[in-house]
Amino acid sequence: MDLYAEEIISHYEHPHNKGEIKNPSISVHEHNPLCGDDLTIYLEIEKNRIKEVKFNGNGCAISMASASMLTDEIKGKTLDEIEKMGLKDIIDLLGIDPGPARLKCATLSLKTLKEASFMYQHKKVDNETKQL
Amino acid sequence: MAFSVDSIRADFPILKIKMNGKKLVYLDSAATSQKPKQVLESMDYYYRNYNANIHRGIYKIAERATEEYIDSKKKIAKFINADSIEEIIYVRNTTEAINLVSLAWGNANVKKGDHILISEMEHHSNIVPWMLLAKRKGAILDFIKLDKTNSRLDMDSFNKMLEKKPKIVAVTHVSNVLGTINNIKEIIKRAHKNGAFVLIDAAQSVPHMQVDVKELDCDFFAFSAHKMLGPTGIGVLYAKREILENMEPLFGGGDMIRTVQYDSYSWNDLPWKFEAGTSDVAGGIGFGAAIDYLNKVGIGNIRKHEKELTKYALEELDNVKGIKVYGLNSKNMDERAGVITFSMDKVHPHDVAQIFDSEGIAIRSGHHCAMPLVTERLMQPALSRISFYLYNDKSEVDAAIKALGKVKSTFRIK
Repeated sequence: MDLYAEEIISHYEHPHNKGEIKNPSISVHEHNPLCGDDLTIYLEIEKNRIKEVKFNGNGCAISMASASMLTDEIKGKTLDEIEKMGLKDIIDLLGIDPGPARLKCATLSLKTLKEASFMYQHKKVDNETKQL
Repeated sequence: MAFSVDSIRADFPILKIKMNGKKLVYLDSAATSQKPKQVLESMDYYYRNYNANIHRGIYKIAERATEEYIDSKKKIAKFINADSIEEIIYVRNTTEAINLVSLAWGNANVKKGDHILISEMEHHSNIVPWMLLAKRKGAILDFIKLDKTNSRLDMDSFNKMLEKKPKIVAVTHVSNVLGTINNIKEIIKRAHKNGAFVLIDAAQSVPHMQVDVKELDCDFFAFSAHKMLGPTGIGVLYAKREILENMEPLFGGGDMIRTVQYDSYSWNDLPWKFEAGTSDVAGGIGFGAAIDYLNKVGIGNIRKHEKELTKYALEELDNVKGIKVYGLNSKNMDERAGVITFSMDKVHPHDVAQIFDSEGIAIRSGHHCAMPLVTERLMQPALSRISFYLYNDKSEVDAAIKALGKVKSTFRIK
């Protein structure tokens, strides 16, 4: 098993979508104190679709490469599509099953993304209720 | 007996296994040590040939089980130079020993506004029980600072903290992150002069070096069997007899009482007063066998071997570009135990450990249950750690250095 395939190391060295979105539709910060992985995801959402996504953070190659690959993958996707994503999608992106010891590293970005999507939808409902 | 790593290694069945198809190189003894066949066989023999509950049966095998269990305490008492087995209380591990003190002794002796003094170098096991006690009682938890080099305790900071007249000073003998051997004799002396009791977390010291609780004059002393060739699930709280006599037990049940009436009870003698319920008999017997093994090799020989190995590893690591080693350097080996923590530029410690794993090498990565030290003082999210014991040799250091090369090539670092 080679967890450190060329592709993963490349994304770790040169992450895609790294940075910040000023005034995002939503941003969520997550971290895993056990290994010290730290991640913030910024989303710009239009009509329930991901228009732009950026991430910032520090962590191991697996967590950072998965964030880089995932943020590439979700551009243009609807929030419903994001809801349906799971571990299998991460394994497909990484091209390898990270195994139980690295599961948390590999899924940190998806967990953060889903949280962001969830919070955005609640925020939207809240705002709509206020307007009633 | 002459010290021979090869003959020692032959006693450890696990060292013959392969991990990921490679010969196992076990460099994580600070987390838990491996076990020699003598320890494994002693417990297996008990279960097969004289398994019985202790302190109860009149029959032969119960007598033997009781005798062997008590013998293990005698061996431990002698190993750390305690006066008698009355001062050797079996607990699950170091953590439980410290919790026992913070609950049974702490609840009775620490009041609102009192100070409790620990250090920035502590493992969570010697932080959290005191945080809980401070919260229960409204007491104040203070920390002895590290010096400017982040390797030793700052004794000026210690003196300043002592002016607050802490009720108890709880410090580690050897840091599980830095490998620093603290001058606990001096710490105990100064603490006593200021009226404080002292607890020493000896989880990382007793397995690796000679200790003498009487010479140290410490009040409480805690360590675990599993870090010193023994089984998991058993550890020791040593405490001075007069302190234990005045301490209320934490747990009630069988074996810890002498008499129970409808409206009264009386405690059993020490150390049994603190050991309610059926004991970890097999664990005690295995622990005794571990002490026998350490005595046979000689704790002085073990310390000498680890010192040489650590010095060699520190010097080798010095030659690897992009590696930062924490703690004292190879010129201070008298103050340094066989624990080496490091970080590597541009590579997360989890990735380092993962690549080591692929080479059959077991090392630890993470915050090492010492988050204040690692994340707040050393300002690292996590670190990699190599640690040695009597069965490690130079070829394993070489394998680790070679694995660092693989980490670099994987991450395309020149």
